[in-house]
Amino acid sequence: MATEGADAGATPVVPPKRGKSYGDRKRLVPYWLMLPGGGYLLVFLILPLGLLTFTSLESGGAFSGNFRFTWEFANYTQQIVQYQAQLVRSVEYSIIVTVAALLLAYPMTYWIAFYGGRWKSSILLLILVPFFVSFVLRTIQWKFLLGDNGLIFGPLKSIGLLSEHFHVLATPFAVIAGMTYSYLPFTALPLYVALERIDKRLVEAAKDLYSSRWEAFRHIVLPLSLPGVFAAFLLTFVPATGDYVNASVLGGPGTTMIGNIIQQKFLSELNYPEAAALSVILMFAMLILASIYARILGTEDSALAAGVAG
Amino acid sequence: MSAVATDARAVGAPAPAPVNPPRKRWTRLILPVYTWLMILYLASPVFVMILYGFNNIPGERNVPKWFGFTLHWWRDLFGVPGMVSALKTSLVVAPVSAVFAVIIGTLLGLALGRYRFRGKPPVNFVIFLAIAVPEIVLGSSLLSMFILLKWIPIGIVTILLSHIGFSIPFVAVTVRARVQGLDRSLEDAAQDLFANPLTAFFKVTLPLIAPAILAGFLLAFVLSLDDFVITNFVSGTTLTFPIWVYGATRIGLPPQVNVMGTLLFLTGVLAAVVNVLVQRRRARV
Repeated sequence: MATEGADAGATPVVPPKRGKSYGDRKRLVPYWLMLPGGGYLLVFLILPLGLLTFTSLESGGAFSGNFRFTWEFANYTQQIVQYQAQLVRSVEYSIIVTVAALLLAYPMTYWIAFYGGRWKSSILLLILVPFFVSFVLRTIQWKFLLGDNGLIFGPLKSIGLLSEHFHVLATPFAVIAGMTYSYLPFTALPLYVALERIDKRLVEAAKDLYSSRWEAFRHIVLPLSLPGVFAAFLLTFVPATGDYVNASVLGGPGTTMIGNIIQQKFLSELNYPEAAALSVILMFAMLILASIYARILGTEDSALAAGVAG
Repeated sequence: MSAVATDARAVGAPAPAPVNPPRKRWTRLILPVYTWLMILYLASPVFVMILYGFNNIPGERNVPKWFGFTLHWWRDLFGVPGMVSALKTSLVVAPVSAVFAVIIGTLLGLALGRYRFRGKPPVNFVIFLAIAVPEIVLGSSLLSMFILLKWIPIGIVTILLSHIGFSIPFVAVTVRARVQGLDRSLEDAAQDLFANPLTAFFKVTLPLIAPAILAGFLLAFVLSLDDFVITNFVSGTTLTFPIWVYGATRIGLPPQVNVMGTLLFLTGVLAAVVNVLVQRRRARV
């Protein structure tokens, strides 16, 4: 092929040594490989984020649809004041969801990673299998489970254990429970990856040195699993803050989150600048979190990679 | 700290035995019982979905009340035209976007996994960003762009462009991880045996990273099939399966949705089981 001839000319016939004697042509290889992906992400990720910020500084009539760029910073202050309750609620719910998901997932992934033996991957698969059902469809099923006359409360009400007015749907509990369920795999996978790669002999060594099971966990397993905990936090908290499906399917008027407002303003009210301003606020909050994470653990951590791959 | 673990594995140490010798104390049962309860909890919506595909409701819309068993909805699977056409759209978008995403993402993963070059850290950060930014921000930013640019009609084209975009980072990350784990000396050996770089790539590297490429393709396919948030922003009046389902919840879902969900679920399970079996066999060989 063409490259063969070119290479033979550029480099000695001696087999190339690793990492050295790369010709100019070879030096360009990674850039060529990167070009389509980098270019695509530039146009369909970075540029849109820039244009979102641009839109958020526009002003004009919401009904005429003629928005003009006017450095309208008032969009931000106005939106923050007006939707303070929803912003605070989104953060509150997401913190509760993240902590709940971590507490629920940790003992489970710990057991699988340390005691799963040769069934490890099969048990992990069992955990992930339900998530083959699409997100929207799964969320709707909770409506059937938790509904006023649904599978759980219907029978309880008919035998009189619960009052007729008892309900769970449309309460903050329903939304938080639904979100915890939705994001549990994003918590479990990075935790599992981090726990799984801990050298089990370290725990044995601790026990040889007369530590109890709890001490071994506290001083060895827990600290070594912290990268997984951080990755789990990021992968759970971030999508939870922007979620609006759970709030709109399982929630009520009192559980509106910032995602619901953004969605409504963008798609129903067609008030793009105000919606974009709220979206940009969310983006910057998450950027700060993500940067802190990247600073501490880098952007190539395999726990995060495994988490997203799930 | 992870170096310790990797070293142990590289030496080829046998899988470590269970940490504790089994002792007969009831506290040892807490974690396994808890894990199985969690698995049950995680699967409960799926059971509900399957069950309500058999609900003998009087009308066309499912309700939480149980009316008895029927196979009617399974026989009348294609009886809801809106759902069928939305599903068709999804089944066109998912493979097309997955193919593009897997080609572009694999090249990116190769570049990031095996080369050192200037510009690598920023690209890594952009990929990280794409994964870390909430979907709603991605969706709204894409819509902002399509509105401002005006010349791309909002519909199936914008859905495809967006799906390719959000899948590329996931494919790249999957391939990158595999490439990093590769033994570079294999390819060097091929070149020592006078294979030119391209031959070495196609005969050695590509077969080795093929599982990651396949995994990336399946991931992109599932991400596209399942996506609601981003699609909801960029779809205009075009309906994909999740979008149609979400819209239909307001008036109540026809039970055929449960049946279709059950079938998609079973397909996924089948694919996963086959994947596990293939990996087992490959590990044994």
